[in-house]
Amino acid sequence: MTIAQASRTATPTAAAETRPPVVDARGLTLVYQTADAPVTALSDINLTIRKGDFVSLIGPSGCGKTTLMRVVADLEKPTGGSVTVNGKTPEQARLDRSYGYVFQAPALYPWRSIERNVTLPLEIMGMAKAERQDRARRYLDLVGLGGFARKFPWQLSGGMQQRASIARAMSFEPDLLLMDEPFGALDEITRDKLNLHLVRLWAQTGMTVVFVTHSIPEAVFLSSRIVVMSPRPGRIMEVIESGLPRDRDLDVRETPEFLDVAHRVRVALRTGHSYD
Amino acid sequence: MGRALDSLAAALGLAGLAVASGLVTVARLAAEGPGPSTVVPLLITLIAGGSALVRLSSREGWPSRVATPLLFGLILLWGWEVVVAGFQVPRILLPAPSAIGEALARAWPTLAADFWQTFVRSVIPGYAIGSGAGFLVAVAIDRSPFLQRGLLPLGSMISAMPIVGIAPIMVMWFGFDWQSKAAVVVVMTFFPMLVNTLAGLAAAGAMERDLMRSYAASYLQTLVRLRLPNALPFIFNALKLNSTLALIGAIVAEFFGTPIVGMGFRISTEVARMNVDVVWATIALAALAGSASYGLISLVERGTTFWHPSFRK
Amino acid sequence: MTAAAIPGPARRALSRRLAQGRAVPLAVVLAVLLVVWYAAAVWLNAPQAGEQLDRAGTPWTTADLVVRSWAMERPVLPAPHQIGAELYESVLNRPIDSRRSLVYHAQVTLSATLAGFGFGVALGILLAIGIVHLRTLDRSLMPWIIASQTIPILAIAPMVVVVLGNLGFTGLLPKALISGYLSFFPVTIGMVKGLRSPDPLQLDLMRTYSARPMHVFAKLRWPASVGFLFPSLKVAIALALVGAIVAELPTGAQAGLGARLLTGSYYGQTVQIWAALFMASFLAMLAVGAVGLAERALVRFRGGRL
Repeated sequence: MTIAQASRTATPTAAAETRPPVVDARGLTLVYQTADAPVTALSDINLTIRKGDFVSLIGPSGCGKTTLMRVVADLEKPTGGSVTVNGKTPEQARLDRSYGYVFQAPALYPWRSIERNVTLPLEIMGMAKAERQDRARRYLDLVGLGGFARKFPWQLSGGMQQRASIARAMSFEPDLLLMDEPFGALDEITRDKLNLHLVRLWAQTGMTVVFVTHSIPEAVFLSSRIVVMSPRPGRIMEVIESGLPRDRDLDVRETPEFLDVAHRVRVALRTGHSYD
Repeated sequence: MGRALDSLAAALGLAGLAVASGLVTVARLAAEGPGPSTVVPLLITLIAGGSALVRLSSREGWPSRVATPLLFGLILLWGWEVVVAGFQVPRILLPAPSAIGEALARAWPTLAADFWQTFVRSVIPGYAIGSGAGFLVAVAIDRSPFLQRGLLPLGSMISAMPIVGIAPIMVMWFGFDWQSKAAVVVVMTFFPMLVNTLAGLAAAGAMERDLMRSYAASYLQTLVRLRLPNALPFIFNALKLNSTLALIGAIVAEFFGTPIVGMGFRISTEVARMNVDVVWATIALAALAGSASYGLISLVERGTTFWHPSFRK
Repeated sequence: MTAAAIPGPARRALSRRLAQGRAVPLAVVLAVLLVVWYAAAVWLNAPQAGEQLDRAGTPWTTADLVVRSWAMERPVLPAPHQIGAELYESVLNRPIDSRRSLVYHAQVTLSATLAGFGFGVALGILLAIGIVHLRTLDRSLMPWIIASQTIPILAIAPMVVVVLGNLGFTGLLPKALISGYLSFFPVTIGMVKGLRSPDPLQLDLMRTYSARPMHVFAKLRWPASVGFLFPSLKVAIALALVGAIVAELPTGAQAGLGARLLTGSYYGQTVQIWAALFMASFLAMLAVGAVGLAERALVRFRGGRL
């Protein structure tokens, strides 16, 4: 409930440098060839994400934040620069199943029960049945869907379906979780609950998360670092370190520290917009 | 709840009354011919039946949904019988349902043999081979968008053509017996299955396909776990369509020449001999076979694609 | 690694469009089909051709066999150019009203098709309007309409033709009836779907205007249904053609493509059969194409989308 002063840990800059980089992008560029003229989606992106970070990519529509994440996930190929995931190329990282992806929509398969949806990646990776079921139960419990394993996706609400897709992404225990505006389609109350859930999961498991959003409060609430991007061509305007403690709850949104970070994000966004 | 039962009871009661007076009408017509004694039960049937229909059709729930078309069908049959008997319609023009039923019973051994020749020996193998081949070819060319873009327009074009026209050619190649009829069925069922399976395989959403890509799933895994289950509604669409086409194809192909057995053969020869009630009996048998196969496929469809939005209310 | 400069953008765009279009793959598939056809013709006709060459007495080579198998009088599989020649002969070299002109037969079949199609479309639309507006009709009739399509209606074609013939109705009417029966079903299904397609929000708007059912039908349901009507019309006209052809099969019909198929089959005139079949396919493409053109005109009138 209340923020324990003792547990407040500002991210120490010295210690940050010793944590291994999970994602390392240098001079990353992506240009689309369209019928009229080439479109620059990403322009010279330099970004390092370290283990245990919760990084939000925030910016207006069309700023390339989803594109950046898709490049990291090897769902798009860059046209310039380089990016490594855990020291490997994105393709190798994908083949090694180093990350889990959560889309804007739950993308659950309607012909599979919730449990079988969560075990889908595990089946593909050839895991044994007993272990698959054990993991599915564990991660469904973790996201609070313990009793719903046998239900079908259409029997669950939107928020519950999205939680199931998070459980699915976590079930094979990747180092990196990539989330593309996963709560965008939900109402605010559900969103708050899921944000809290997610930040607690992060604090518990210490995973590295990259989170795309266009909501400032959501970005500030969830992250340890916020990357503000500008509209086309997609550039990084600023990277803001959030000093908020790892263990946080919804009340933190009313503290002056929170408002200060939010203000800095807003200023950076406005600056980015004014380039247009 | 009491109210609902009430009105269902009332509707069913009216339906029962309609059935009873319908039977009375038919019996009196058969015994005495049209006259004053038949007018009263006739009117009762019409009024009771009509109001039962209106009541049943305004209710929800599956009993009413099943009872309404059933009652309607019964009234149609009754009307047919009454009109034929009442107006003394000549048998060769339109036999009464009772006459057809009698012909069915009388000629049963012959009709059963015809059914075996046409349905079991021509339709079923042709349907299985044609649909199977269509499915396999679709999966085979799934990896080649080039081939798809070439074959799909051809397939749609051929589906629009009067395929039954190849029956004489098949007879020339495979002889008079069931093989040529099965061949016609194969050609007729191949293209709808091909076109529908390709459409179904393409139907998986971009997000779902990206998901599989993020799992580094192989082509085979993506095919089996995502694209084939997703394609099932389309495949069943084709299977249902093909069941109709197969039966029509086999029967019409027999118009072009067949050994002295087969439903198409029976129809064309008995027509020439003006044994119209046997013809109708054959058609009734074909109708039963067609509806039963369609119903069976629909049941399997419901079982395997229960998750599709069109089945969820 | 920078994005390389693109030489000749226009050229690249054209070749990309061709490679992604449908013309090239279709042409390739048809070319392969042609080659396979010629090869199959040799394979299937070779035994007979060999016999004929033997009877001629003079020694012959494989090349002779190949050429002969492509020029037989009663081949098992006619070569494409033979069919082409027969088509040319019977379409262009005969007077149009002669019994030996394929155009005459095509016109007979086509007129029955169009009559049946008109009848089927009218019946289909009327039924659809009734089903959408009268619940009783919807619940009692609709399941039977769907069930009727599982019945091989074509099977009664001979009977209908003969019975009506006995009543004195010959020629166009029985064929049109059968065509019409076949084509009304897709039209009904398509129109019912189309008339029911308006959004609940659009229907609510009509209710706020206190619009009478007639208004709702004329101003909302009917315009909304046109997009569903045209695909059904294409299926319906193809079915009407099949119906017209099959209705010509029973005895009594001496004209029409179906009759031509039948006589060709009785007298073993393979090439005639194939030519009639090609003509029927051509008619089918013409009919469906005509509906497509009408659709395209309407789309343009409606501003690009139905």
